[in-house]
Amino acid sequence: MKIPLSWIREFVEVPTDISLEVLENAFVNVGFEVEEIVVTGVDLTGPLVVAKVDSIEELTGNKKPIRYVGLDCGGGKIRFVICGATNFSVGDLVVAALPGAVLPGDFAISARETYGKTSNGMICSSRELGLSDEHAGIIVLPADCAKPGIDAISLLEINDVVIDAAVNPDRGYALSIRGLARELAASLGLKYKDPVKSVDCAKFKINNNGIQLTIEDGSAVSVAYIRTISGFDAKAVTPIWLSRRIEKCGMRSISLAVDITNYVMLELGQPLHAFDATKISGSLVMRRAGESSKLKTLDGQDRKLDKEDLVVADKSNPLALAGVMGGASSEVTDLTTSIALEAARFDPITIAKSSRRHKLSSEASRRLERGVDPSLAEISSARAIDLMIELGGANYVGSSKAGEPRFAPIVSFDPNFVSKYLGTKVTLAEIEEKLVVVGCDVSKKSVSEWLIDPPSWRADLILAPDLVEEVARMIGYDRIPSTLPTGKAGAGLSAAQYRKRSVANYLASNGFAEVYNSPFVNPTFVADLGFTGDRAKSFKLANPMSEEFPELRTHLLPGLLLTAVRNQGRGASDIAIFEIGSVFRNTEKLSSPGSISVTQVPDNQSREAIYKSVPNQPLHLAAVVAGKLASDSWHTKGVNFTWVEAIGFAKSIVENTGNISSTVASDFAPWHPGRCAEIQVDGKPVGHAGELHPRVISLLGLPERSCAFVVVLSALPIVESKRSNALITMPPAIQDISLMVTENVSASSVESALREGAGELLESITLFDRYSKVGEGKISLAFTLVFRAADRTLTADEVSKYRESAMASAAKKCGAVLRS
Amino acid sequence: MSISIAEVTESAKSALLAIAGANELSDLKSVKIEHLGDKSPLSKASQALGKIAAEEKAAFGKVVGSAKAEVSAAYEARLKVLEAERDSRVLIEERVDVTLPASNIPKGGLHPLTILTNEISDLFIGLGYRVAEGPELEAEWLNFDALNIPADHPARTMQDTFFIEPLDSKLVLRTHTSPVQIRTMLENNPPIYVICPGRTYRADELDATHTPVFSQVEGLVIDRGITMADLKGTLDYFAQSIFGPDVKTRLRPSFFPFTEPSAEVDFFFNGRWIEWGGCGMVNPKVLEVCGIDTTEFTGFAFGMGLERTLMVRHGITDMHDIVEGDTRFTRSFGLGIK
Repeated sequence: MKIPLSWIREFVEVPTDISLEVLENAFVNVGFEVEEIVVTGVDLTGPLVVAKVDSIEELTGNKKPIRYVGLDCGGGKIRFVICGATNFSVGDLVVAALPGAVLPGDFAISARETYGKTSNGMICSSRELGLSDEHAGIIVLPADCAKPGIDAISLLEINDVVIDAAVNPDRGYALSIRGLARELAASLGLKYKDPVKSVDCAKFKINNNGIQLTIEDGSAVSVAYIRTISGFDAKAVTPIWLSRRIEKCGMRSISLAVDITNYVMLELGQPLHAFDATKISGSLVMRRAGESSKLKTLDGQDRKLDKEDLVVADKSNPLALAGVMGGASSEVTDLTTSIALEAARFDPITIAKSSRRHKLSSEASRRLERGVDPSLAEISSARAIDLMIELGGANYVGSSKAGEPRFAPIVSFDPNFVSKYLGTKVTLAEIEEKLVVVGCDVSKKSVSEWLIDPPSWRADLILAPDLVEEVARMIGYDRIPSTLPTGKAGAGLSAAQYRKRSVANYLASNGFAEVYNSPFVNPTFVADLGFTGDRAKSFKLANPMSEEFPELRTHLLPGLLLTAVRNQGRGASDIAIFEIGSVFRNTEKLSSPGSISVTQVPDNQSREAIYKSVPNQPLHLAAVVAGKLASDSWHTKGVNFTWVEAIGFAKSIVENTGNISSTVASDFAPWHPGRCAEIQVDGKPVGHAGELHPRVISLLGLPERSCAFVVVLSALPIVESKRSNALITMPPAIQDISLMVTENVSASSVESALREGAGELLESITLFDRYSKVGEGKISLAFTLVFRAADRTLTADEVSKYRESAMASAAKKCGAVLRS
Repeated sequence: MSISIAEVTESAKSALLAIAGANELSDLKSVKIEHLGDKSPLSKASQALGKIAAEEKAAFGKVVGSAKAEVSAAYEARLKVLEAERDSRVLIEERVDVTLPASNIPKGGLHPLTILTNEISDLFIGLGYRVAEGPELEAEWLNFDALNIPADHPARTMQDTFFIEPLDSKLVLRTHTSPVQIRTMLENNPPIYVICPGRTYRADELDATHTPVFSQVEGLVIDRGITMADLKGTLDYFAQSIFGPDVKTRLRPSFFPFTEPSAEVDFFFNGRWIEWGGCGMVNPKVLEVCGIDTTEFTGFAFGMGLERTLMVRHGITDMHDIVEGDTRFTRSFGLGIK
């Protein structure tokens, strides 16, 4: 909220020589971030004077209207200036910058020739003086407010300090001069005069005169006042001091009646609404809108009301969207002489809901949805009526009150808790002093029980920690010392967390660069990559950042492929990237958890319902490789990344976690249907690897034969580290076997057949050669088998027996014959 | 007797000459075969020893033995000399240009967010914390309700939170990692010391300092007698570990529905105060919803953005570099450059 220091000074004796830094810290220390402090008027130097329009000559023949204006700037002589605005007449008081003046933006005023005349100064608009954004016309001052020639810089109170303080949602009371002045006084230890103390409510008695009010829904409003006046001078102009204060707070001056409601809202924090009383038929009621209600609001919008919206209605129609915005039909205009003024303590949630439903956030709704001091409905309406009588010549007609204010309950509080909770010694005297400063009444039942009556504007002070915070921010958070608690030993990364790190390190060590992609995807693109069925079933965002990416990823590859393309577009020729992240597949039957208590711990059933409403989100690792694994150099020719390396890396990742992997052929998208391996552990799929589908490659413009692999890290069993027996030191016996099989027989099936036949002493088996040009649809596969026994050196006879047995198994299962 | 003592002496003399005259290792090898091999005169003399009469054997044997020893010693000495010569010549001849590009295996790297996450996890593990994780697509109740963020709190509105269709599903992309704190408290009895790093989502447009998909790390401690001073001390430890041992922190009063008192934490770095994150004492309302006895336990929580931490520490000026996956960015951090 923007607040002028000059207004604050009405309630706090702020030292005249206070520095901006002290001022800023005073707010920050008690919890109000300062967005900006502006010293107004520093970029403006006079002479800037009040001038009376003496004559107007319209100059014709220009593209826009131009006036040659005679001004009485005091001292008896008429000064002539050129002016492009037309919102003034002879006899009006305006503000003139005279030659020698410098306006904001280093705009120096001097006498100059223009439109064939000499312009001896300039008539100024609000914007030209840096007072507001108003630039529809020049400033016309209230009649007779000052004599021509008077210094306008002081008349308009241009020199001031405007502080823009951010107000947290729990401190609605601070969206007012009253609230922020109190905080500043407390922070600086200065005396504070509460503005409500000078309001005399007794002057405006509740009676049966004027517009009457009833509350239909007491849950939406606790207390409300309607005060009626008549004989208001519709032509009365807002005095400069009042309009300038509103402007400094960032609002526009509109008309006296509206300006007064805004002024009182800014000063005290209570939004007020003025109705033209003659437009109200019968009495007013605060009720829910009900079915098919409509309202044209002050911003000119025709709004269909939700049945839950709270409205202020007369006997026939809703007249205002309560607490958010008034209606056009009962708007106060420049003909209005009878006013019904509304002030109410609305339920914050009701107002917040209306405001969001209609995407309409107003100065009123911002305050009401944070909760307004319930005592203010009475006081602020009295204050505003007072001003309308004083400045608009109105007569008091009567007041109607409905409901009763509801105040926060008294809190029982052990003051010793403060020191215990903050970890620093705060004396009981200090605690009492600080609680009183923020407005609490403190009564001491015993040394360990105080009864705290929070002030009317602090509905948020309910629990002991709420009071601790008040004490803490008033003594200053810098009083809190620094101590370091530690948990028990034995914590550490879980096995899954540890291996996630290892896997990332492994790929990064092997030339892969890790990336993090956005999980938002385009379903058409995902479909173009060939994902179908469960692998493409996603969750749709209700409010995506862009319609182009409305869904969550079901796979890491779509994002990785686009990142590969981006890298290629930036000149990278060889790309090896990987990502580890969650994917989101909408394949489980999820049920909404329903309504769960927010005040007590959920029972097991509710807890289950919550957990079951959340889908399983597997952790994937995926990589895309394009181009060369090792680049060409002076020394060797480079090595292209092929499906062999893709499968190799995927298998290595699995094996590095202590699992044993196997592969079978797969035809999953987006891979090449003949060059994709499914990686398995214990017969269950844990990943895929191979060459990308040529269609995908050409769609993206990636290098030919680009590859990809995916490992579902969360699907890999956690392997306990084995306490291995002592290593066998007996020598190994090595046997090579060269076999011929028909070309559709997979290497892995031959390998498993050999493994089965070779017996328990087989230590390892490795394919070391594959020859496909044997002819007659045959290929040759050559394996090295290593045998070892723990207790003896194997004899040649023994080993050849195992070899024969392996051979026989391969012959039986795969039709393999020994290659001669 | 076929070989005389004189002949042995003569053979030894010519062997020594030949050894001395060998200038190449290959010559020396031939010399060795000729003068020390099985068929050399000295070897033959040794073989003949068995056949001579006993009375001559001692004298003859002595001559042959010493001749052989002398020749062998000369050979070994010459071999050493020639080998040394060869070695020094080869070192020169085989010299390469070691400044040529050495390896053509491309350099990989970990994303700095991973490096920072690991670093932070480790420094808290050192204090006895566990690393807690949870789902990114999360139940509204865990993301908001349980954290004392009521249904109409501004943080829940469409501007900030990504909701999932149908709205009935009550699923959101978590707006902070705090639901992990809730899950941890629901499933574990205190004392609880956890750090919760992870991906979080808020509907902010991507620009130089914002991204709708970002990362947070949160800490939660629930134990007997935990105070706000413990919070301050933990933040000091954290900030000093990440930004340097002399870094100062300050707490400023603030507001979060799930903490009371609440604070913003700033740290002083490169001559200015920088906003780092939010923190506070866990609101008893939150503890109660999680089934924690508030008469026995108190706790604190804190949370900060990892991207921001990274940007400040490494002087990264544009968020785009962090999120766009340009491999040049990742590679510049290697396997863990702090």
